[in-house]
Amino acid sequence: MWIYEKKLQYPVRVSKCDPRMAKFLAEQYGGADGELAAALRYLNQRYTIPDQVIGLLTDIGTEEFAHLEMIATMIYKLTKDATPKQLEEAGLGAHFASHDSALFYNNAAGVPWTAAYIQAKGDPLADLYEDIAAEEKARATYQWLIDMTDDVDLQDSLKFLREREVVHAMRFKEAVQLIVDDREQKKVY
Amino acid sequence: MSTQTLDEQYYAQLLQLQQYDFALVELTLFLDTHPNDMQALQQFNQLAQQRRQCAQQFEQQYGPLLQFGQSYSRYPWQWAQQPWPWQV
Amino acid sequence: MNNNQCRVYYPFVGPFDPCPPIRVKTYVVPPNQFIPFQPMNLPQYPLPEALRRGTLWPALFSPYPCPPVGKGGGDY
Repeated sequence: MWIYEKKLQYPVRVSKCDPRMAKFLAEQYGGADGELAAALRYLNQRYTIPDQVIGLLTDIGTEEFAHLEMIATMIYKLTKDATPKQLEEAGLGAHFASHDSALFYNNAAGVPWTAAYIQAKGDPLADLYEDIAAEEKARATYQWLIDMTDDVDLQDSLKFLREREVVHAMRFKEAVQLIVDDREQKKVY
Repeated sequence: MSTQTLDEQYYAQLLQLQQYDFALVELTLFLDTHPNDMQALQQFNQLAQQRRQCAQQFEQQYGPLLQFGQSYSRYPWQWAQQPWPWQV
Repeated sequence: MNNNQCRVYYPFVGPFDPCPPIRVKTYVVPPNQFIPFQPMNLPQYPLPEALRRGTLWPALFSPYPCPPVGKGGGDY
């Protein structure tokens, strides 16, 4: 089971009301390589992967939910108390018409999240390479998001999340090595 | 917690807890792929202990961090009180 | 390992490109590309700095944006 912890993994501050940026951040909320997709991708692959990497998928998948909450916090703060007119000017008029200021799992273009974004092939190498690619794509998305804002507080949190993608990719690459070398078996004899 | 103002100390203590927890996340993922690294394991266990003390202190002042029985509560039920993480 | 994480290339500039050309483009090669399997006992950041940087190990830190060309890196 999962236990919720009532704190963020990393402090999230934003220095201005900026619904335009909130719209772009949705890419990491409900986008193809966003945090929701990442969490669901890894946690779902766990059931059909060799035992020595189940722990890693569980823990990275769980950390992704912490990142999802950070992105949600950014969007929440950037749009809190914004007027309908401000939202409309930021390109969120269509969002407001359907959701008011509620968050929703869609990407920056408003396309709703779909399970078609993620894969589970039941083949360890295919799945782990997908995971590595997902981390690199998320890293790239964070770069473009950092480029799109001059809010140094927001950039600070985004840089943290970007670095996490680098570390996760590192671990997934190690997981590939473990699978390739069959290390645990090697140790037995 | 609803009447409690969030002072500097709240943010400082929260940050300290986040620092412990982050190192523990890093070591967890590392140990997942390096299960035989004794030194990392010792560091993990040591930090886990320090983290526990830090969290306990935080909870005494600002309310429970975990629920389903993983944290204690004073009266009235503190868990459902604000602020939630995205509000601070 | 913080250095040299940036690569530079020079895109072809056509005579009929309407936008002012960007002559130098950069991309990032993060440190996970140079470490096949993380060795044990790598040096660590102190905990506050680890949180701030998003990793416990300097060897895994990837600065962004790319530091200016020729200046090395390692910082924000």
